[in-house]
Amino acid sequence: MTKSELIQRLSERYPDLYQRDVERIVSTIFDEIGEALARGDRVELRGFGAFSVKRRDARVGRNPRTGASVQVTEKYVPFFKTGKQLRERLNTD
Amino acid sequence: MSETVTRAQLSEAVYQEVGLSRNESADLVESVLGEISDALARGEMVKISSFGSFAVRSKGQRVGRNPKTGEEVPILPRRVLVFRASQVLRSRVNQGLAALEPSDIEVAS
Repeated sequence: MTKSELIQRLSERYPDLYQRDVERIVSTIFDEIGEALARGDRVELRGFGAFSVKRRDARVGRNPRTGASVQVTEKYVPFFKTGKQLRERLNTD
Repeated sequence: MSETVTRAQLSEAVYQEVGLSRNESADLVESVLGEISDALARGEMVKISSFGSFAVRSKGQRVGRNPKTGEEVPILPRRVLVFRASQVLRSRVNQGLAALEPSDIEVAS
């Protein structure tokens, strides 16, 4: 399912809403999550899962093609931990 | 200090953005999460452009160990979810956090 298919499904579920508004709603939700992560906040959605940011320390990496070593600076990576309810659903349905 | 954002803040953002009631906004947030969960439960991959993708991966059976007792226990085949943040989200997070003092960030590595 892509973002546009998600919007499509929601539009069918909410026939009273303009598709334009459904698009804005979906974008707002993901923007809000991204903004929270960019502030270093956690996003916890019970039953669904939690988004957080993990730090990866600086390290010496290697260019896999040439084998040359390169300095990789410290960076942050968004992380998602599946919620209990969703994890169980994946294994029952 | 790092804070936790929940459904309440997402609903509030939706409420501020579109002319819906607070109840309808909360309902919409729930439906978005519900549609994504339904698709994943069907085994579908979910791709949200400029945010990231959720994929369902099947894991085979393996032998695990109870870390407390050291006892061997079989871990049954199961399906797990993996999230991969898009490049857009990754750079947004790195730019945002580069601007903060390291002590402001609660690190979960």
